[in-house]
Amino acid sequence: MMNCREATKLMSDAQEKPLLLKTRFGLEIHLMMCSGCHNFKEQMDALRTMTRAYAKGKNEQEKET
Amino acid sequence: MSANSNRQENTKQVGNLLADAAFLQDIRRQMLRFATLQLNDASQAEDAVQEALIGAMKNAASFGGRAAFKTWMFAILKNKIADVLRYKQRMVNIGSFAHDEDDEDLSELFDRKGFWQVDERPVAWGNPVASMRESQFWVVFEACLDNLPPKQARVFMMREFVELDADEICAEVELTTSNLHVLLHRARLRLRECLENKWVLQGEKNDELP
Repeated sequence: MMNCREATKLMSDAQEKPLLLKTRFGLEIHLMMCSGCHNFKEQMDALRTMTRAYAKGKNEQEKET
Repeated sequence: MSANSNRQENTKQVGNLLADAAFLQDIRRQMLRFATLQLNDASQAEDAVQEALIGAMKNAASFGGRAAFKTWMFAILKNKIADVLRYKQRMVNIGSFAHDEDDEDLSELFDRKGFWQVDERPVAWGNPVASMRESQFWVVFEACLDNLPPKQARVFMMREFVELDADEICAEVELTTSNLHVLLHRARLRLRECLENKWVLQGEKNDELP
């Protein structure tokens, strides 16, 4: 049974390279049962969006408003 | 003269010197030039000179005579500069961090069986995209980025800012793919946690204030 540390590691790895189907299956099962990791998954996407926006200078635009 | 009146005399002397605007301006200029050469950074040099002057005023009682003032002043300045350089070196010398970062264990976040510790379990964030319109959010975001350990910060930014792929990063910093994934995992865990604590949960606390 996958634990949260393993699940978060997989979710992080998936940001670089798609997971193998069988691995993904195990992860999805864990996510169905674990609200913390379910939230973590959404936050990984948010983190990437925020970081890219920051890199593009979005923070500077906001400071000016 | 008693020891105490020596100290009083010294304090007075330093006070008189620094109260002399022309003298102060002159020595400040010399200190700034020296500090800028050493630190290669105008604002750090400003700070070092400022702190040295404050240090001089605080320690005025132990000063020993006009002829030595400039030497004494510069000795204080050199100490301040040495502190800054030592700190800078710690930041730049990523190699020396290797041990600390690699030993980082995640037991704060996960229990022995690898499940989230109760008070670390990620909460729902509401509307993260909306947060991005608030300037205060970016202050927090930047602080969280700055708080990442150097190795993690470096590879995270290569991946997310510069948008290099994993192979390119590994080639650049001479890491194995598996080490890279470990660093990115840790960087993301930390960044996420920082944002949750300092932004999401802080916002909820602020809402509860009268």
